[in-house]
Amino acid sequence: MAKMTYRLLQGNEAIVEGAIAAGCRFFAGYPITPATEIAEGMSVRLPMVDGTFVQMEDEIGSMGAIIGASLAGVKSMTATSGPGFSLMQENIGFACIAEVPCVVADIMRGGPSTGLPTNPAQSDIMQTRWGTHGDHPIIVLSPHSVEECFTVTVKAFNLSERYRVPVILATDEVVAHMREKVALPPRESLEIIDRLRPTVPPDWYIPFEDNSMGVPPMSAFGDGYRYHVTGLVHDVRGFPTSRPDEVDTLIRRLHRKIDKGLGYIQEGEYFLMDDAEVAIIAYSSVARSAKQAAIMAREDGKKVGVFRPITLWPFMRKDVEEILKNVRAVIIPEMNMGQYSREVKRVDQGYARIITLNRVDGQVITPDDILRKLKEVY
Amino acid sequence: MRYEARLSGSGGQGLILIGIILAEAVGIYDGKNVVQTQSYGPEARGGASKSEVIISDETIYYPKATHLDLLLCMNQKSCDEYYLDLKKDGILIVDSSLVHQVPTNKAYQIPFTRLAKEELGKAFVANIIAIGAIAEISKIVKESSLTEAVLKRVPPWSADLNKKALKIGMEEGKKAEAFIPSKG
Repeated sequence: MAKMTYRLLQGNEAIVEGAIAAGCRFFAGYPITPATEIAEGMSVRLPMVDGTFVQMEDEIGSMGAIIGASLAGVKSMTATSGPGFSLMQENIGFACIAEVPCVVADIMRGGPSTGLPTNPAQSDIMQTRWGTHGDHPIIVLSPHSVEECFTVTVKAFNLSERYRVPVILATDEVVAHMREKVALPPRESLEIIDRLRPTVPPDWYIPFEDNSMGVPPMSAFGDGYRYHVTGLVHDVRGFPTSRPDEVDTLIRRLHRKIDKGLGYIQEGEYFLMDDAEVAIIAYSSVARSAKQAAIMAREDGKKVGVFRPITLWPFMRKDVEEILKNVRAVIIPEMNMGQYSREVKRVDQGYARIITLNRVDGQVITPDDILRKLKEVY
Repeated sequence: MRYEARLSGSGGQGLILIGIILAEAVGIYDGKNVVQTQSYGPEARGGASKSEVIISDETIYYPKATHLDLLLCMNQKSCDEYYLDLKKDGILIVDSSLVHQVPTNKAYQIPFTRLAKEELGKAFVANIIAIGAIAEISKIVKESSLTEAVLKRVPPWSADLNKKALKIGMEEGKKAEAFIPSKG
């Protein structure tokens, strides 16, 4: 094994390294706090690996540029925060229906609008899922440490390539700006997934034809495979259609490919959960407070554990239902007015008591905040 | 043992930089676990700015500082705001050229900014003088580790200037000790 060298790295810097390791060779973006370091890092790192960095005129253009680059066969990403993420929504929908792999980092800060530029929040959870219109599947991943900023970014690219779907990397200002001592895994130890390309002769290529995975092979522009890309609902050849059977087939396939992959896509961490009587469900930086709170509660003889979804969407329903059946109460601390907790409540069939803890003052939820809530049930 | 340090003042004083330097010195060169976070206003200069470093032999979960073992205040506002977060035996270090109302006589009062201007002719190395003093007073970081970390993070042309600033900081830290009332 290669010698591990430790570095003091910031979350945003680790996202850059993860992207480069995953094979990202195109970045288009527009600077915004607290995501700017990703663009800065990419502008330095991409030229070293023959990649391309473009500072765009805005986030609408950024999203358009990475879709174009990805259609040309290059793994692409952009990074932004709330205001820019809002601007990207239309083109994210385009990437969903045209099945263009790409990764969008949304480093959450306080909103709405320009909001609280330098403070953390987790208020885009629903926007990552439903920000763009239409019935679309999407994958959203959320790292909680600097090391995970690296590994989860690699996973974001892998899933994006495997399922031909935009993947949102959603974390908050704290994780993005936090520096930790990390040893990044060597390149050789990483699994890197590339999109499937057509093997048939160009004349035989049917660009959106279904198969067992529900993910058609994707040719790069310039490879000699001619096909049509549109935001309109299209037939298997990529041309607009409104024939009910063709429309239904496409929309259902887009969902099926993700549903079939749930076991592969969904990932969560169980922390002290084996004998837990009360569970805390938390993600991103708040998951760190939750872990600390669980440790402190156990020093007090209270059996508390933490479930931390890394995959925020598709919602980890099976895991959450199982937890709800096995504990008597669930505490859901979030830096928003209750976005993920609403999903948990949706699947709770009276199994456990659900307690929300919401902070929207631009400050991180502390372990003490969680312990105070815990007193209501334990 | 969890050790929590907060370095506070206003934007532009280089508090985030010395937070990074301290974290790198303790984490990479001294081999402990560290997490460094920061919090600042939208202004490029002025406004509130702070940088926090958590040091521990164990895994660090919660990344922010709440019960401070060490507090550096480079302006009056931060001293007023954060003094109460300090633990009973916590160390308070203030830039006495900018903090005129010190809440306790058990504070290390060193005029970092004045020293930077008068001794080195550059106000911007006040932060490096401060981190030198912190090392001397708190003993949380080895001198050699700190020097190495500083030199890694500052532009090469300023290496000598920063080395001098560190040295001044350490000497001043030693001197300030004499004015601290004995513990008890």
